[in-house]
Amino acid sequence: MDPEGSQNTGDSQRQDLLLEPGYTLATVTDKISSIVLTRGTTKGWMLGFGVSFALLMLFNAAVSYLLIRGVGIWGINIPVGWAFAIVNFVWWIGIGHAGTLISAILLLLHQKWRTSINRFAEAMTIFAVACAGMFPLLHMGRPWLFYYLLPYPNPMWMWPQFRSPLVWDVFAVSTYATVSVLFWFVGLIPDLATLRDRAKNRAAQIIYGFLAMGWRGSAVHWSRYETASLLLAGLATPLVVSVHTVVSFDFSIAIVPGWHSTIFPPYFVAGAIYSGFAMVLTLAIPIRKYYQLDDLITMRHLDTMAKVMLATGMIVAYGYMMETFMAFYSGSTYDRFMIMNRMAGPYRVIYWILIACNIAIPQVLWLKNVRRSPLGLFIISLVVNVGMWLERFVIIVVSLHREYLPSKWDMYYPTRWDWATFVGTIGLFLTLFYLFIRFVPMISIVEVRSLVHETEKEQGS
Amino acid sequence: MPQIFHHSTNFISRMSIYGAVLILGGLALALYEIALSPWYTDQNVSREQPVPFSHRHHAGELGIDCRYCHTSVEKSSFAGLPPTQTCMSCHSQIWTNAGMLEPVRASYRDDVSLSWTRVNALPDFVYFDHSIHVNKGIGCTTCHGPIADMPLTYRAASLYMSWCLNCHRQPAEFVRPKSEVFNPYYQPPSHDHPVTAEDGTSFVDQAALGSYLVKEYKIQSLQHCSTCHR
Repeated sequence: MDPEGSQNTGDSQRQDLLLEPGYTLATVTDKISSIVLTRGTTKGWMLGFGVSFALLMLFNAAVSYLLIRGVGIWGINIPVGWAFAIVNFVWWIGIGHAGTLISAILLLLHQKWRTSINRFAEAMTIFAVACAGMFPLLHMGRPWLFYYLLPYPNPMWMWPQFRSPLVWDVFAVSTYATVSVLFWFVGLIPDLATLRDRAKNRAAQIIYGFLAMGWRGSAVHWSRYETASLLLAGLATPLVVSVHTVVSFDFSIAIVPGWHSTIFPPYFVAGAIYSGFAMVLTLAIPIRKYYQLDDLITMRHLDTMAKVMLATGMIVAYGYMMETFMAFYSGSTYDRFMIMNRMAGPYRVIYWILIACNIAIPQVLWLKNVRRSPLGLFIISLVVNVGMWLERFVIIVVSLHREYLPSKWDMYYPTRWDWATFVGTIGLFLTLFYLFIRFVPMISIVEVRSLVHETEKEQGS
Repeated sequence: MPQIFHHSTNFISRMSIYGAVLILGGLALALYEIALSPWYTDQNVSREQPVPFSHRHHAGELGIDCRYCHTSVEKSSFAGLPPTQTCMSCHSQIWTNAGMLEPVRASYRDDVSLSWTRVNALPDFVYFDHSIHVNKGIGCTTCHGPIADMPLTYRAASLYMSWCLNCHRQPAEFVRPKSEVFNPYYQPPSHDHPVTAEDGTSFVDQAALGSYLVKEYKIQSLQHCSTCHR
């Protein structure tokens, strides 16, 4: 079952540690910083980066063609004016939420298990938000006029339509991006200083030194660092809930059957965290395998993340259940038709795959053996990623294609450019991620060092 | 371990934080000022024309009515540009040998229109109708400025949407009696120069006149997007 080999098959007490015993402050620093400084550019990295970069170039081509020809190259038309672009937007922005939850809420709750995964989860957040931000801009048709959405003094004497949730989105997402980047960068400063001090070549010293902003590790620095981290965590905490709530308003404010529902905010937030943890696992499992980080990202981490997925997945399942229940309980013909159309309409296959991916298959996470099998978890995390993407497809496309008037019923089919843009953003995401693991310590050296002492204590007692 | 940076870096990096704020703020302000400047909007900038036609001379000193040349202004969205025949109705009799008018005579002789340089042009995505404005008591000079004082015609307004909205949001501040619409020297009412409405009522301030005329002419404050962007 366990593809990890012998080193992780110790007794259950060992598996419950957040850091394998035997590490000292120096060896933790060595292990993490060596990935960036001494290991160099490996063949595996080059291969992965190359593939990602090729996909990024596909994105480049898709966007260039889009700018030349307009959004007509996508499959969108009336009645389905929002399709892949908005599906992908919601999917990506949702993925980001796990990073914020891990770094902000779990920091405030003193959850020690966040320490070795928070750095790359936060990076994932930033890159996911970058991908998400592309879609509403591209969907506008004239992305160079995006600043019309901002309230700035202009010679038209016009404000954006503040009653529109699309404008709230602009504020929610830009705040989210800003706070996430700041939080990530502040957390990085001591580690960048470590890299600066350990770097052998002059260019690396200057670049890391510049980014470390003069960090000397004095008591004053540490005190300010702790304060800044806590303040940013406090700022980021409401964002975990608010950003996807605002995203859900894009739909629930409208009167389209399948959108106009009060359950949307909580169930979107739960879905966001669900898909986010799935993505953290999708990234963490190959990384810990390839860089031999099993001692730092232990079975306990994977197990805990699987439990979070299971819990949020149940909330999402409750959301689906209530949507269906309310459609019949409300007595609304349109709501009833909407649910029947989801389950038995032209897109029924997608709905049932979604139920399988998001609700049925993840139930195996109740089994401890599955939660402690990296391969099994990896597969389930991919299944959930697909499921959450399909969920947004069902909400957006299936609701729009059968609205009130049968005369405006139509089908939506993605074109090759829809796919190219979507796959292209995956390329953008992975390219950024590959650069991140190559040039930045992907695990917080500082925070894992704080675990060393604690692990020693636990071992001693 | 040797120092990586010179100690002046401390000062430079601190300054760059404040400097960035100042530079970005200054840049935003500069862009805003440029967008409002005549250099960008052509406001108050005279245009070269094939014949140096002077509104000051014709509409001001000679007192020719606007509608003598701009014939369709009361009936059409477009005020109309006069054909060469309109020029020649006078200039076949006076200044018949003036060198300045040779292009006009040539146009008449060869039956080729003069090609004037447009001064006030709205973009194609804006629907604008002269007739409704003129017929609701908006005078020529309200938009076209002191036309009777222009030796060469220039654009008197930026033509920004803010400028349109300024009147559409408060038409009472700009409206005048219909009888005064084509008067290029019209002044808003004051104690020294009261303005008389059609029914004989005299007004000494624009607020009273404006609210009276808005009611009288049934002027609506149309601000919906599709009023102009149809």
